[in-house]
Amino acid sequence: MLSFIGRSVVQKIVTLFFVSIISFLIIHLAPGEPSQVDPLNPKFTPEMVERFRQEFHLDKPLYVQYLYFYRDLFTGRTVSWKDNRSVMVKIWERFLNSLPLFIVGTILTWTLSFPIGIRSAIFRGRVFDRSATFISYLLISIPGFFFAYVLIILVVTYFHVPVIGMETFGMGEASWPSMAMDRVWHLLLPSLLGATGGIAVLSRYVRSQMLEVEGQDFVRTARAKGLPPDDVHYKHALRNALLPFVTMFGLILPGLIGGSVIIESIFSWPGMGRMAYEAILARDYPVILTVNFVSAVLVLIGTFISDVLYLMVDPRIRM
Amino acid sequence: METADNIQLQGIQLEAPLAPRRTQWQAFWLLFKQNRMAIIGLIIFVLFFITAFIGLLLTSGNDPVFNPALVRLQEKLRPPLAKPHLDSLQPNEVPELGIYLFGTDDLGRDVFFRMLQGAWVSLTVGFVAVGISVIIGIFLGGIAGYFGQHRIRLDHILLTAMMTTGAILLGVGISKPGAALLIVGHAYIFFLILRRLLTGKTMPFDGLRLLHINTFSVDTLIMRLVDIMLCFPSFFLILTVVALLPASIYNIMIVIGLTSWMGATRFVRAEFLSLREQDFVAAARALGVGNFRIIFRHMMPNAIAPVLVSATIGIATAMLTEAGLSFLGFGVPPPHATWGNILSSGKNFIFDAPWLTFIPGIAILIVVLAFNLFGEGLRDVLNPKLRERH
Repeated sequence: MLSFIGRSVVQKIVTLFFVSIISFLIIHLAPGEPSQVDPLNPKFTPEMVERFRQEFHLDKPLYVQYLYFYRDLFTGRTVSWKDNRSVMVKIWERFLNSLPLFIVGTILTWTLSFPIGIRSAIFRGRVFDRSATFISYLLISIPGFFFAYVLIILVVTYFHVPVIGMETFGMGEASWPSMAMDRVWHLLLPSLLGATGGIAVLSRYVRSQMLEVEGQDFVRTARAKGLPPDDVHYKHALRNALLPFVTMFGLILPGLIGGSVIIESIFSWPGMGRMAYEAILARDYPVILTVNFVSAVLVLIGTFISDVLYLMVDPRIRM
Repeated sequence: METADNIQLQGIQLEAPLAPRRTQWQAFWLLFKQNRMAIIGLIIFVLFFITAFIGLLLTSGNDPVFNPALVRLQEKLRPPLAKPHLDSLQPNEVPELGIYLFGTDDLGRDVFFRMLQGAWVSLTVGFVAVGISVIIGIFLGGIAGYFGQHRIRLDHILLTAMMTTGAILLGVGISKPGAALLIVGHAYIFFLILRRLLTGKTMPFDGLRLLHINTFSVDTLIMRLVDIMLCFPSFFLILTVVALLPASIYNIMIVIGLTSWMGATRFVRAEFLSLREQDFVAAARALGVGNFRIIFRHMMPNAIAPVLVSATIGIATAMLTEAGLSFLGFGVPPPHATWGNILSSGKNFIFDAPWLTFIPGIAILIVVLAFNLFGEGLRDVLNPKLRERH
């Protein structure tokens, strides 16, 4: 166990090192320079450009820039080129905005997909299963931005509630229940949209896991000895089918920082995804690279957690 | 007739093995036919392909039959199936169909023609991007699965590192050290080949033996590369690269292809690892069949099924990604229509002209759904484990 953890940590650190190099190269080898973002701006004189280049070490060779950047990142001194604020502070602010979306989305995904998946497995081939299957394909295939507009039109015309942004502007005097309801309405649509893909995929996965376990001998034995169907399904089959999902707790971690660029821009939600999108448009390299680095760290931590959980849950693979 | 044949055959040569009565394709088709959703998916897929091709023929060129870029400002935001106001139009502006089948947009351009033009973009993005990723996936996965146990020698790693650094340095503009590194690298290769030709020995002098230490295996190298690529948040990476590169449809295809080959690599590797140990491969090797022939003639046809399934679903994903990029304003430069940018410009008129949002949205939904259903149908048919249950 300890040797596994040690090996895994070393391997992940090496991976992270290469990720940092590759993301740095991708961004810096692309044509164009951040100092040329706005060449027509009369305030942007050649001297300014030169000063800008010196200030952010853009005149140095690439490997020096790389060292500078990651030194700053680890000492927490990275600043955004756009507004000179600390990148970590910026990311933290936006992260706090994205967090409610992430939490509600995750809760929706996990609470909806399990009942749906289990039910379609139990009633395999019946109307419920067929319609659940078709709807999940529909949800996987629908473009998120189109679905967002359909939902906005429906909600706005039938419920008459505002949904764009994080809260309705100028509600200062309102009582707290209506404030809270306002926040809930604003939160619901974007998190539901963020969860649709997850619900569709996860419920299919639950269904196939459940079907696989239901086909095994011990379930047939349980049924043959006369146990009530509910006991067979929920005690014998479900508990074994749940095993792979324990590991998926680790894999939802990267979703923390991913945010959805498209959904956050449609709902003008000032979250991580939007910040990353704005940084890309402004060629704000420190922000892009930091977001990339942090999300790579989260992916690696997530896979690590899921490996360890798998080791703990399933005694068969403990070496 | 058939039964009579069988009886006769059985009577004559009972021991001889009978060939299966159905070919592989017939068996495949029989199973596939039972999956109604997959059949519908296949039909829509074929219709879409034909539409996209006809659309390309009719809307491209200098003097297209249907001109999707023709602006008629006096006819803007007409609803679907509206008749044109013939008195306000110049003779060359009269719509060829005599009716605005899908309505017109905010510049009075015919949405039906624009949808036709955009179909080809969606189709090529899907196929080219997935083609790139499948080719990379088969190549790397095949190497990792087949040659995976070979260990890489230290001097090969050093050589590769030296040559790559040299090439990058040359490319960046630091020419002298770059050229020096490249020359040293080539000299070493030349020296190795010469030595092998002259003396037939591959082992070096004692002093250089250190260079011939075996390090990690090819498999480790490729799978770690997959791990590295999986660390990037994919849509964000695609967005970054597409935003930094000049806007063009080819960049999008290449970038989507280059960021989505990891799945195919893993599938091919896994299949190859199990196929390599099987008897027919051992037999082929014993017959002296070359590595390439074994890989492509003997193993690949057996390993291709999961790749095909993931490729079909990959096409759907690539189309969605392209639509998302067009929606965010990256991708094909504006006068050319794609389904994503029709929708993204139509969303500004969502209450006055909902068809500008709904027609491209539903079109994307239907085509992507067709690909997903077809892919899932393929998976069911090609998976022998699921086949027994049906």
